[in-house]
Amino acid sequence: MEIRRINAADVTKAVKKLFMDCNYFIGNDIMSALENACECEKSPVGKSVLSQIIENDKLAAKEEIPLCQDTGMSVLFVEYGDKVVIEDGSFEQAVNEGVRQAYDEGCLRKSVVSDPVFDRINTRDNTPAIIHTKIVNSDTIKITAGGKGFGSENMSAVKMLTPSYGVEGVKKFILDTVFTAGPNPCPPIVVGVGIGGTFERAAQLAKAATFRPIDTKNSDERYARLEDELLNEINKMGFGPAGLGGTTTALGVNIETSPTHIAGMPVAVNICCHAARHASTTI
Amino acid sequence: MTKKITLPITQDDINSLKAGDSVLLTGTILTGRDAAHKRLFELIEQGKKLPVDIKGEIIYYVGPAPAKKGYAVGPAGPTSSYRMDKYTPSLLDLGLKGMIGKGARSKEVIDSIVKNKCVYFAAIGGAAALIAKSIKSEELLCYDDLGTEAIRRYTVEDFPCIVAVDCEGNNVYESEPRKYRTL
Repeated sequence: MEIRRINAADVTKAVKKLFMDCNYFIGNDIMSALENACECEKSPVGKSVLSQIIENDKLAAKEEIPLCQDTGMSVLFVEYGDKVVIEDGSFEQAVNEGVRQAYDEGCLRKSVVSDPVFDRINTRDNTPAIIHTKIVNSDTIKITAGGKGFGSENMSAVKMLTPSYGVEGVKKFILDTVFTAGPNPCPPIVVGVGIGGTFERAAQLAKAATFRPIDTKNSDERYARLEDELLNEINKMGFGPAGLGGTTTALGVNIETSPTHIAGMPVAVNICCHAARHASTTI
Repeated sequence: MTKKITLPITQDDINSLKAGDSVLLTGTILTGRDAAHKRLFELIEQGKKLPVDIKGEIIYYVGPAPAKKGYAVGPAGPTSSYRMDKYTPSLLDLGLKGMIGKGARSKEVIDSIVKNKCVYFAAIGGAAALIAKSIKSEELLCYDDLGTEAIRRYTVEDFPCIVAVDCEGNNVYESEPRKYRTL
């Protein structure tokens, strides 16, 4: 493979489009799950909430406006080809410029503050983005981007379980986290679970899991079964659409895993609202 | 059945509302969320006058997205209410009559709703584009420096919400999920 030169402006353009698209157009996986849930939901109020969410998402797509006012903190998973050289700028600056342009020109809400504890001054352009980069052997840059709302982000949790907890301990922690979140994270939710790695790897995997379409399954059938089992258990909790009661509390559970230490079994649960927004492109 | 209410809300209106009722609000409401609540609360603690009169008002916990050209307001769905719990009882004691948000409230807030005979409405989280259709205009009142978190006055027409906690303390977030819980 030869070295490939990519102009920073092309990165900016791609990132801008990803953030506008994901905030206007809900994915087909989510729309199908919402429509299916609307058919099956037992609560009349729940049914009505689901049909309003579907109407909302269709309206947003038609008018090209954000489907939720919380257009999120900008999160990107990047597979950066080691044969790529950025010209006329740096990758990180190009990404942040794309975020800036999307949130400004796309009428997306700027929701980022400069300092978490003391200043809390809005940066007014939604930067800096959270960029997770993996260096891969290629001459392309693959970007998956999403706006992550904090109503659901705030309901997420990480726990350093140890091996003797076993699969039952993993299930208990995930279900306890979802139960504690209750009506707050804008159900029906998408539950992203990261198991293994280190403290921070588990959390990163959980976020990546929320970015995986919910009509896909973990490739290991033991985890695929666990995804189904957890979804079933979560939908017995009764919180329902908007937390107003019903049989649809979650639309999907996605699990991602990683090798871990002999002493550990970290588990992270990243909760995402029904506006589970993500879009991908390859440059 | 859906109840139509013209704002400002009266005590009789509030007394007649039961948890779970569907309601359409028409009139004006205030907006405010985390940062604005913190400022109002600090002024109350210092015994100072608030920059807006909250007596008899309903406050909507919202930080809207910017309006696209040709739109009165941007998408404007509710934010999670529990983050305002720390500040809410003081505002209700000062005469705020209602709140619109989403999600559960603390015991302190529900006790204060009962004590002050107020109401907490839920709007559908994540239905921001649809909800914005019922907001006809907006006026900036204060805290412009907070951007989306500034306090505004919205003029609404048939703004859809559900009574989440009524003035007797009945709470749909407690009662309704139980009906469907099969754990």
